[in-house]
Amino acid sequence: MYNFDVEKPGTIAEAAAAMGADEAQALGGGQTLIPTLKQRLASPSKLVSLKGVAEMQGMGKDGNTLRIGGATTHATVAADGSYPALSALASHIGDPAVRNRGTIGGSLANNDPAACYPAAALASGATIVTNTRQISADDYFQGMFDTALEEGEIITAVSFPIPQAANYQKFVQPASRFALVGVFVAKYADGVRVAVTGASNEGVFRWTEAEAALSTNFSASALDGLTVDPDNMITDLHGAAAYRAHLVKVMTGRAVTAAG
Amino acid sequence: MPKDTGIGAATVRREDVRFLTGTGEYTDDITLAKQTYAVFARSTVAHGTIKSIDTSAAEAMPGVLAVFTGEDFADVGGNPAGWLINSRDGEPMKEPKRPVLAHGKVRHVGDAYAAVIAETVQQARDAVEAIEVDIEELDAIVDMNAALSGSNFVHDEIGTNQCFDWGWIEDNREATDNAIKNAHHVTTLELVNNRLVPNAMEPRASIGSYKASTGEYTLHTTSQNPHLTRLLISAFVLGIPENMLTVIAPDVGGGFGSKIYHYGEEALVLAAAKRLNRPVKWTADRTESFLTDAHGRDHVTKIELALDKDGKFLAFRTDTKANVGAYLSNFSTATPTFLHGTLMAGNYTVPLVYVNVKAVFTNTAPVDAYRGAGRPEATYSIERVIDKAARELGMDPIELRRKNFVKPNQYPFASAAGLEYDAGNYDALMDKMEEVADVAGFAARRAESEKNGKLRGFGVNAYIEACGIAPSNLVGVLGSRVGLYDAATVRVNATGNLSVMVGAHSHGQGHETAFPQVVAEMLGIDPAVIDIVHGDTSKIPFGMGTYGSRSLAVCGSAVVRATEKIINKAKKIAGHMLEASEHDITLADGVFSVAGTDKSVTFGEVALKAYIPHEYPLEDIEPGLEETAFYDPANFTYPSGAYACEVEVDPETGKVTVDRMTAVDDFGNVINPMIVTGQVQGGLAQGIGQALLENTSYDENGQLLSASYMDYTMPRADDLPMFAVDHSQGTPCTHNPLGVKGCGEAGAIGSPPTVVNAVIDALQSGGKNVTHIDMPVSPARVWEAMQ
Ligand SMILES: Cc1cc2nc3c(=O)[nH]c(=O)nc-3n(C[C@H](O)[C@H](O)[C@H](O)COP(=O)(O)OP(=O)(O)OC[C@H]3O[C@@H](n4cnc5c(N)ncnc54)[C@H](O)[C@@H]3O)c2cc1C
Repeated sequence: MYNFDVEKPGTIAEAAAAMGADEAQALGGGQTLIPTLKQRLASPSKLVSLKGVAEMQGMGKDGNTLRIGGATTHATVAADGSYPALSALASHIGDPAVRNRGTIGGSLANNDPAACYPAAALASGATIVTNTRQISADDYFQGMFDTALEEGEIITAVSFPIPQAANYQKFVQPASRFALVGVFVAKYADGVRVAVTGASNEGVFRWTEAEAALSTNFSASALDGLTVDPDNMITDLHGAAAYRAHLVKVMTGRAVTAAG
Repeated sequence: MPKDTGIGAATVRREDVRFLTGTGEYTDDITLAKQTYAVFARSTVAHGTIKSIDTSAAEAMPGVLAVFTGEDFADVGGNPAGWLINSRDGEPMKEPKRPVLAHGKVRHVGDAYAAVIAETVQQARDAVEAIEVDIEELDAIVDMNAALSGSNFVHDEIGTNQCFDWGWIEDNREATDNAIKNAHHVTTLELVNNRLVPNAMEPRASIGSYKASTGEYTLHTTSQNPHLTRLLISAFVLGIPENMLTVIAPDVGGGFGSKIYHYGEEALVLAAAKRLNRPVKWTADRTESFLTDAHGRDHVTKIELALDKDGKFLAFRTDTKANVGAYLSNFSTATPTFLHGTLMAGNYTVPLVYVNVKAVFTNTAPVDAYRGAGRPEATYSIERVIDKAARELGMDPIELRRKNFVKPNQYPFASAAGLEYDAGNYDALMDKMEEVADVAGFAARRAESEKNGKLRGFGVNAYIEACGIAPSNLVGVLGSRVGLYDAATVRVNATGNLSVMVGAHSHGQGHETAFPQVVAEMLGIDPAVIDIVHGDTSKIPFGMGTYGSRSLAVCGSAVVRATEKIINKAKKIAGHMLEASEHDITLADGVFSVAGTDKSVTFGEVALKAYIPHEYPLEDIEPGLEETAFYDPANFTYPSGAYACEVEVDPETGKVTVDRMTAVDDFGNVINPMIVTGQVQGGLAQGIGQALLENTSYDENGQLLSASYMDYTMPRADDLPMFAVDHSQGTPCTHNPLGVKGCGEAGAIGSPPTVVNAVIDALQSGGKNVTHIDMPVSPARVWEAMQ
């Protein structure tokens, strides 16, 4: 690590002000950022810890919308019952230490191409709420580790419309146990959304052909005629593009069946 | 009735109290007065010429005390290979120098070319970043075939990337070729024994210190083998006299082979400690462990098995390329040769074996012995090709093995690969395995799996290994540059408690519990009064360390011999005290008695007399009660086993789940069955890790792709089933006093082929004509094989 200062604001306004400093960086649960600092791969001048910002903690249901504060831990989401598929997803992120520290805001800000939350947010048509604006999930994710966030912008909350049925299937990369391929399927009154993580060089994406097929027939057999194009899928130590493309279909089918 | 003390008792491990309560003392826990810190500058390219190193900016950084480069060690010796291998044409192997710090060239990613010593680790790290180095990158040599055919060399001065071309048994080459040419059936298999990163939980660490007033050096280090480390530093690398160097290996958090060897960092901290006259500590981070600990395995092999029409084995012929990495680590030349080729007859009466091994230098981390060391490679090749042969011939894989087993009446048995097996009963192991694994119930379990859309496979394996390494006379003929005895001192203190100084080092094996069980049994006393001292060259007579499952068979035998000497002397003292001839004295339950009388003295009374020798026959018996023994075995020991594995394969994703794993081993006599079970379980976890999970991968530029736990898959508890472990079928070793064979590596040797055989069986049952998948058998590889 290199030396840095730490600031612990109590409100979003204070946090936003602290983020104005040169080379300041938000600190959520630190589960991604701290290892990066330890390896000397980043050298922020100041970390702005969001742990103490009360407005960004916890979750609440308003009608059919679930609002989760940006500094809410995976463990908190896992323990909540209002959106079962989302809680199930959170309960399989990392290990207990990761879940007790890591936050939804940190995960979405980082937008790791193999992370789980991006699939849930995109499949649910969630809204990313920041200290300055609201961004729809469709506009938010812009490729591997790339998002619509501006310099210094803080994710203060995420709003999820709760679907009629949903499920997340994660086929783990055996070492990291992030998603080698993860598929989140969410069924709403106006149609089905399918988001895929882990597979693409461009990060999380929607599988629109499957969405169309499933919107008319919400069963795994609706996918029978579909294929997934391996072009632009990730090839690495753990699987080639063709394998990932194949898994997208298998995991989508399993998610649909499990969602019921 | 199971015993509750002494030999055969499942005594709880006494060392676990400190390990489980976090009160062990590892090298990094030790802080010496005025200690400084070393951080190494390591190459980020796999192969390059060092054009210049400018350390002036680094030297001017705050807290920096010294900066070393390869130039500082240009005149000192290199770290040698411990075993001389001659090629088939009689030429000795190529031995390029392995320097303390890279000099002239860097040869793998992680190769250290400089080191900074500073007041704090942080300052040393900052200064490392300020070193200005100009390295001209050269093409990396990664692939072994390319290495052998190209004109780009890891070590330019030897003009080849081939270390040796070894044949075993060279005199059998032609006969083996003919047997294969004329056989009724030949099964051929090409396979890769995947490279593994050892991943000891404790990273390597060393502290060098120097006492200017006496000229004495001390090295605290993470070693399985402190005496060998001292010997190498003294005789080859730094020339410090052995009596001026103490090597202390305190608690060590796992080694699996990787901490047998001497590494350059150890020499650096000693040299730096002398120059600065202050202790110097270095602790590896996890990335350094991945990049610089000696890796394991990495063989590419073609094996052929010739059979007659009845399934009798006629010959095994093996062609192997063994990657030794960028430098020769201490055991790297022995592992792919004598620890591998001599086992290539397996448990079988096959009359002919021929093994050719070409060892190849590449721009990758050095490769050396890793849990099993050569025997896993041999077992994997043999047991995979036998399985394939059974399938090709339509024979039951268990029956085919039984048909070729050495039978109990054939011992001692001269194997076609040059060893003499002293004892065993492979059919009894197989019988027991069939019972414990419930082979009879497999069909029903397969039907159940198929109902759930899964494929179930059954895999079997029979292995033999050579442990208790080794008879010095034999290994000397074969090229070993060291002897492989061990030593122990039993010191009985005046108050009747004992310190037993042993050459074997314990870093997870439970010596502190098992060795006292042996001594307690022999003396008839409470093991609680016996303490084991290990890991400090200033306290222990000598030792050749812990590896090759040798601690109990070799060092344990030295303990027995030293204890026998204690008993002999104690009987003399007791005879004097009881006014009887020493020949009439018997020892039972810690009491010396005169046979046929009620006269007796306790062990404690004899000990006290030895140290307070009043009314003592000083002209016949020396005072004191302390004895040392060196033990050099007459032969290797030959543990063997029969293993079974059942896997479920998800045909849609290729994911393999190990559902059942059975290990039936013959370890000879068992001193502590609980420790033995634990050793087997750990070995099974590592073997399953190799078979399914652990993938060490370098790209074509020599960058290690799997350099962290984000990409290198260690086996975790939920990757493993509950294991069925049995060691009831022991046939005692015939040539050591305890009749023990060694159990530390068996699990890692027997399990990989068992798992892969099971996967192939599962895929075949699903109608897929898949005959081989290389390890690690990942979901992606299984799925690709099925397409
Ligand atoms: C062992 C391990 C296993 C894991 N397994 C999984 C897994 O299976 N699936 C998965 O999805 N993830 C996994 N993760 C990642 C984990 O979910 C992290 O918690 C997450 O990616 C980052 O969240 P954090 O709160 O720790 O963020 P931090 O590490 O604190 O920050 C990450 C980045 O986000 C920025 N940031 C943080 N909070 C905010 C905010 N509110 N607004 C704007 N920017 C912000 C930081 O500046 C930084 O750039 C794993 C991590 C580990 C260590």
